[in-house]
Amino acid sequence: MPIITGTPAASETGRTLSKEEIARYSRHLIMPEVGMEGQLKLARAQVLMIGAGGLGAPLGLYLAAAGVGRLGIVDFDVVDFTNLQRQITFSTSDVGRPKIQAAKERLAGLNPGIRIDTYETRLTSDNALELFRDYDIIVDGTDNFPTRYLVNDACVLLGKPNVYGSIFRFEGQATVFNYPAGPCYRCLYPEPPPPGLVPSCAEGGVLGVLPGIVGAIQAMETIKLILKTGEPLAGRLLLFDALAMRFRELRLRKNPACPICGEHRTIDKLIDYEEFCGIRGEEAAPVTNGIPEITPRELKTRLDRGDDLYILDVREPHEYQICNLHGNLIPLGQLPNRVNELDSSREIVAHCRSGKRSADAVEFLRKAGFQKVWNLKGGILAWSDEVDPSVPKY
Amino acid sequence: MAIKLEIPTALRPFAGKQSSLDLEAATVGEALKSLTNTYSDLRKHLYTDDGRIRSFVNIYVNDEDIRYLEKENTPIKDGDTISIVPSIAGGR
Ligand SMILES: [Zn+2]
Repeated sequence: MPIITGTPAASETGRTLSKEEIARYSRHLIMPEVGMEGQLKLARAQVLMIGAGGLGAPLGLYLAAAGVGRLGIVDFDVVDFTNLQRQITFSTSDVGRPKIQAAKERLAGLNPGIRIDTYETRLTSDNALELFRDYDIIVDGTDNFPTRYLVNDACVLLGKPNVYGSIFRFEGQATVFNYPAGPCYRCLYPEPPPPGLVPSCAEGGVLGVLPGIVGAIQAMETIKLILKTGEPLAGRLLLFDALAMRFRELRLRKNPACPICGEHRTIDKLIDYEEFCGIRGEEAAPVTNGIPEITPRELKTRLDRGDDLYILDVREPHEYQICNLHGNLIPLGQLPNRVNELDSSREIVAHCRSGKRSADAVEFLRKAGFQKVWNLKGGILAWSDEVDPSVPKY
Repeated sequence: MAIKLEIPTALRPFAGKQSSLDLEAATVGEALKSLTNTYSDLRKHLYTDDGRIRSFVNIYVNDEDIRYLEKENTPIKDGDTISIVPSIAGGR
């Protein structure tokens, strides 16, 4: 059939680009590595993003802008003020709205020609396979170990590539797992760290640009997989150190003993990932369980009536600068070496940001023989909520 | 053998806030022992109670995972870089 100048190019499924789309994607179309054929591959691609947070922000923006035909987004969170420092999909006016709703609006505004399906749900072993089935590529931008193992296992069971990125403070990791049938997340790390051994994101912090860089790498790899061009980041673990501004690459091998993709597979269905990560029960009974506590209101009452209480702040000096309760600062890590600064005959109330680190401090002090020591329940965050709203929350 | 040991962000607070250090060792195991002897707080992050390297911490000599070499007995030569790469999960 002769091609008449001016008619849109046709793909094998009949999808064509409109005149407006040709203008929109012209910088792709004029590159032979993408061209009309590549742009139509993008238009037919179905990509599922797990998480609409720091990594999901650049990822969603770039995939939508590139014209990925169908984008799925799974998230159950609400936009919060602390997100705005890095989650660039959201505006200040989005605070309080569900992330998927705000993200969908933003991405649809950027590119009205794509389909965006949102799933306001927590990804679980019960819904993951069903959700993933419709999509060609899964992009993991979550923030916790149970979900990362869940995403991995579902991808291996369904034979779908998993474009992985993770971040911590100034450091990032990225790779493409299970492509094609290459190493998976369990090949890299057979088991997650036990809870408590790594700082949580709130304690760990993250430089705002970092998820931007790592999420953009995930977007790039996703687009390369769709176009089937270049060398995918499979079998290689990319490490990024933002402070040194250095990228390194480590070899990532398929582990013959991997329980899900190895020679003798012992996992053939999704499991209980909270239990696998050792956090079952911890959420129901927080780590403060059994640790003597005082509520912010009780503390306020006692301070108001002039009781002699020693307020021990176990946070870091830079946190003390953000806000404090005029306590005595001894960071948790220094407590064992500075315990002699404390007077065991006085009543001590330990606090931190949320009550977790100070619970460890109270446990440590009790074991060291301190009888009169309590943990401020909920930390400075609860103090702000229940006693003094002028204390900023961070 | 003079080698360089790379410390990840998450473990720097337990290693005198250093991002890397130079040391002398003949095997990976020796290098890690030397590290944890200097910084004893690191030990529980790298080893289980029964002395095995934790399964969420990978050790590389240059770009190769020691699980596919001779594990802690992997010999090292002058100028090698040993990297400690723990699992991180942040994304939000
Ligand atoms: Zn595997």
